Amino acid sequence: MSRPVFTDQQFIISASPHVHSGQDVRSVMRDVILALIPGVVAGIWFFGFDAFRVLVLAVLGCVAFEMGMNRLLGHDSTIRDLSAVLTGVLLAMNLPSGSPWWLVIVGSGAAIILGKSIYGGLGYNPFNPALVARVFLLISFPVQMTRWVIPAGITTGLDAMTGATPLGAAKEAAGLGKDLAETGLSDALRLLLGNVGGSFGEVSALALLFGGAFLLYRGIIRWQIPVGFIATVVVITGIAHQLQPQRYLDPVVHVLAGGLMLGAFFMATDMVTTPVTRKGMLIFGIGCGVLTSVIRLWGGYPEGVSFAILLMNALTPLIDRYTRPRVFGQVSRKLFEEAPGS
Amino acid sequence: MKFKGGIHPDYHKLTADQPTVSMPLLKRYVVPLSQHIGAPGKLIVEKGQEVRRGQALTSPAGFVSVPVHAPTSGKVKKIGEFPHPLGKPQPGIEITADGEDVWCEEIVGHGNWRDLEVARLRDLIRDAGLVGLGGAAFPTHVKLSPPKDKPIDLLILNGAECEPYLTSDHRVMLEHAAGVMEGIGLLMRVLGVEKALVGIETNKADAAKALEAACPDDLDIRVHLVETKYPQGSEKHLIYALTGRRVPAGGLPMDSGVVVQNVGTALSCYEAVHLGRPLTERIVTVTGSAVKDPANVMVRVGTSVAEVIDFCGGLTGSVGKVIFGGPMMGIVQFNLNAPVLKGTSGILCLAESEISQFEGSPCIRCGNCVDACPMFLVPSAMGLLVERNRFADLGGYHIMDCIECGSCAYVCLSRRPLVQFFKRGKLEWREHLKALEGGVS
Amino acid sequence: MLMPTAILAAIGLISGLGLAIAARVFAVEVDPRQEEINDGLPGANCGACGFAGCADFSAALIEGKVGPADCPVSDQATRQLLGEILGVAVGESARKVALIMCQGGLSVAHKEGRYNGQASCASADLIGGGEKLCSYGCLGLADCQEVCAFGAIEMTEEGIARVIPSRCTACGKCVAACPKHLISLVPTDAEIHVLCNNTDKGAAARKACDVSCLGCKKCEKSFDEDPRIVVHNYLAKVDYRKPPTDQAVVEVCPTGALTVRLFDHQDQEQRPL
Repeated sequence: MSRPVFTDQQFIISASPHVHSGQDVRSVMRDVILALIPGVVAGIWFFGFDAFRVLVLAVLGCVAFEMGMNRLLGHDSTIRDLSAVLTGVLLAMNLPSGSPWWLVIVGSGAAIILGKSIYGGLGYNPFNPALVARVFLLISFPVQMTRWVIPAGITTGLDAMTGATPLGAAKEAAGLGKDLAETGLSDALRLLLGNVGGSFGEVSALALLFGGAFLLYRGIIRWQIPVGFIATVVVITGIAHQLQPQRYLDPVVHVLAGGLMLGAFFMATDMVTTPVTRKGMLIFGIGCGVLTSVIRLWGGYPEGVSFAILLMNALTPLIDRYTRPRVFGQVSRKLFEEAPGS
Repeated sequence: MKFKGGIHPDYHKLTADQPTVSMPLLKRYVVPLSQHIGAPGKLIVEKGQEVRRGQALTSPAGFVSVPVHAPTSGKVKKIGEFPHPLGKPQPGIEITADGEDVWCEEIVGHGNWRDLEVARLRDLIRDAGLVGLGGAAFPTHVKLSPPKDKPIDLLILNGAECEPYLTSDHRVMLEHAAGVMEGIGLLMRVLGVEKALVGIETNKADAAKALEAACPDDLDIRVHLVETKYPQGSEKHLIYALTGRRVPAGGLPMDSGVVVQNVGTALSCYEAVHLGRPLTERIVTVTGSAVKDPANVMVRVGTSVAEVIDFCGGLTGSVGKVIFGGPMMGIVQFNLNAPVLKGTSGILCLAESEISQFEGSPCIRCGNCVDACPMFLVPSAMGLLVERNRFADLGGYHIMDCIECGSCAYVCLSRRPLVQFFKRGKLEWREHLKALEGGVS
Repeated sequence: MLMPTAILAAIGLISGLGLAIAARVFAVEVDPRQEEINDGLPGANCGACGFAGCADFSAALIEGKVGPADCPVSDQATRQLLGEILGVAVGESARKVALIMCQGGLSVAHKEGRYNGQASCASADLIGGGEKLCSYGCLGLADCQEVCAFGAIEMTEEGIARVIPSRCTACGKCVAACPKHLISLVPTDAEIHVLCNNTDKGAAARKACDVSCLGCKKCEKSFDEDPRIVVHNYLAKVDYRKPPTDQAVVEVCPTGALTVRLFDHQDQEQRPL
C-alpha cells in the first residue's frame, strides 16, 4: 500500500536534546583507572610481584563475579562500563600485597555481590563496593588483613619482611607510653615516596597525588571532597599534635600515611555513594575527615579512612536532602529546603 | 557578563558566514491556524476564496491570539487537518499559489513609528500576526502589554542565539542592522522605556559591531557582548548576565521590570509598521551534516519542510533525525510534509552517526547535571522520582522551574532521557495539584 | 542474688502495670464487624476503590461512606456477604472485564519513526503522540501491565497489550493508566466489539493501520432500526447496554476492526474467532 514518501525514511524520534557531550560511564571509569596507574606502579615497585598478583586476581575476580551475577539475575551484561575493573583495582590497592589468593577472591565476591549486585547494580549501591569488601575482610580475617609487608622491592630480590604500618606502630608506641619522636616514624619523605609498610595501593602518597591531580584537572572529581577531607584531618590532627606531640603524630604524617591519599582522591570521591551537590560534597569530605581523625586518634583501630567513608556513605541521602540548592530566583530564605507535600 | 551553570557544546555554526538566500515561489503552501502560544485565530476565509499575499486568513480569538496571513497570492484549496511540526495533525489552510505573488491592497506603510500613538503601534503589531521569532512564538503585542502593577524600565534584545548550528538571528543582525535598531526603538516607545540593551554572544562580535554602527542618534541602545555559553539565550539568564537582576522563580521577566524580545521580532515589528507588512516569511537556518548544502534561507511561512530541504540539496543517505529548531531544545519531525511556522528558526538534519541515543541506564549520581543546570535544580533526583512514578514528590524539587534547556541530559553520563522525564513529571505534577485542589478524600 | 531478683521483679511489675493502663487509656474503639469485613474483602490492596488498601476501605464501609459495590474487584457473592454483615442491600451488577480496543500490532499498524526514550507509554505519548502513524493506537510500552495488580495484562508478540480475562477484576487502574484512553471495561457476556480507537477519516485511518475502523458505517447500517453499533467521529462503538448478539454482523466490516471476542473464564486467554 502507498505511503507518503518521507515515512519510508523512518527518523529517530525522541525528546530533546539531540546531541551529547560524548562522555559516558565507561570513559570516566577508564580515566579513573588511568589515574590509578602511578599508584599501582609504585605499589609493584615497592612490593614486587606479589602486588601484581593481587591486582590481577582482584580485577579478574570482580569482572567474573559481575558477569556471573548479571547472568544469575537475568540482566544485560554491564562489564563494558569498566566499573567492575575499577572496583577490582581499588580493592587490590586496599589489600596487603602478601594476601593469599583466596582472600582476594573472597574480597572480589564481597565487593561485587554485597557491594553492588544485591542493590541492583551500579547506581543503586549505597556503599563504596571496594570498601565494603575491605571492611568485610578486615573483620572476617583480621590476621591476614594486617600482615603488612615492609617493602624490599623488586630490585633486591630478597623476601620482604612483615611489620606494622606507620600508623599502627604509632598507636602501639603511644599505647606503650613511648615518645613518638624516638621511633623515627615521622620520616615524611619515606611516607611520601612510599617506602613504608601498608596495603599495596596506599603507600605512595606522591603517586596517588599525581593521579588525583589528573582527575581534578579532567573534572572527573570535584575538589570539595578531597580538600574537605584532607584539610579537616590536618586541622584536627594538627590540634592534637600541638597539644600532645609525644602522643599524637604530626599532621603531615597523618596525611601521607594510611589510606588517606587513596581514600580522599579515589574512594571518597566515588560518584554513586556520595552527594550530588557541591555543598553536599564539602560536608561529606569534612565528615570523612572528622571521623577518620577521631578513629585514628582515639579509636581502637589505627586506620580510620575505610570506616569513615562507609559511615559517611550512609549519611549521603540525608546530606542530599538537606543540601538542595536554592532555585534560580527563589524568593524565600530557608535554612533547610522543604516543600509542600515532601 | 555571565551566569552560573550551563554547558559549552560544540557550536557547528556552519552557516554563520553565509548570506541569506531566498527560495523560489512554490505551488502549494499550508498555513496552520495555530503557530503561537495562545488561542488559534478564527477562520475568516473559505474554500475557493481568492487571497492576496499578506491577507489575513484568521482573526484573533481573544487577547492572547494573533491572525495568520497568506504567504502568497492564490486560492484557498482546502481547509482541514494537515501534518504539523508538533506531531499530531492540526487545522490549517492549504493555498494554491497563482504565481503572481501580489501583495494585498491594504498593505501600505504606516509612516514613522515615532509619530504614531502607542496603542496604534500595539494594534499594528497584533494585526501583523507578530510572535516571538526566537522559537517560543508568544504573541508580541501581549508581551508589550504588561499589567499596570508590573512597571517596566528596561527592554532587552536577545541576540544570543545560544543553540548550536543556528545562525538566523546572526544573519538578521548583519543583514538588517538598521531595521533591527529602528525596531528596537519602536518597541521602546511602546513599552515607554528610555533604555535598551542588546545581548549578543561573543561568537557574533561582527553582528554586535554592525548593530552599534546602525544605532540612530536619538535612541539609547547599548550593545553588550555576553559569554558564549548555552543557554545564554534563555530570558532569565540573559537578564541576569546583562543586569544582575534575578527573575523570581515561577515569575516572568516583567516581575523584574524587564521585557525581552528577539532581534528578529524587533525587525518584524519595524517592517509591520514601516512597510505595513504582516509576518509571511522568516530566515530559517537549514543545517547539519545530513543536508547537502546548508544555508540560511528566507522561507515563506507554510512552506513544507521537504521543499526547503530540497532547495538545500536534499538529505544525504545518512540522515537520522530532522529537527525543528536547534539540537538542544528542538522538536524531532516524523513527517517532512509539515510546514515551516512563524517560530521555526532552524531545520537541523543530523546524521545517524552523530546522534547520541538515550539509554535506560540507571543514574550514577555523578552530579554533572547538578553542575550544568542553569536553574540550580537537581535533575538526577527528579529523574529518579519520575522513573519510579513518585510524582507527588516532584514539587519539593521545583520541577515547574525547569526550562527544559537540556543541559542536564547533554552531560548525563548514563545518557538518561532527562528532559522527557521532566516533561512527564510536569504533566503529572500538575494533575496532582489539580487532584489536591479538587479535594479528593 | 536477692537484690537483682527484686529489681527485675519490680521492673516487670511496673511494665505490666504500665501496659495495662495504656491498654485502657489509649484503647481504640473498633467496630466488631471490621475484622469480619476485612476477611471478606478480596485483600488485593489494589487501590481501585480509591482508598489506601482494603483496611481503609472497610473502615469507610462501616462509616457508611461507601457501599459493597464500590469495590470493583469483589464478585457478586462477596458483595452479598458484605451487604449482610453491614445490613445493606446490594444490587445485581454485571461482571465486567477490561478490553484493549486496539489490534494495531507490528505487522498491521505502520510506524512513522523509531522511538528512543523512556519505556513508558505516557512518556512516549509526549513525543508527538508516539512512533505509530495512528495517533490513537497502543504504544506497547506496558504502562497498563505495570499498573495491573493482578497480572492480568500481557504484551503480545505483535507488540501491543492484551488482557487475560480470567485474572481481570475490572478494577479500572489500566483504564486510567493508558494515555491513549483505549482500554474500556465491558460486560463479560458481550461478544462483539470494535477494537479500534481511531477517529480519523477513513483514508487517513486506512493509511495508518490495516485493521482500523474507517467509520464507513456498514455495521451501523446493518441494523434496520435501533442500531446496536453507532458510528460517531469516524469511529464505530458498540452500545454495551444492548450489545449485538448475532456474530454474523462482523462479516460486514471491511477491515476487521469489528470482531468477536469471547471472555471464557475457563480458558486462560481471549479466544479470537
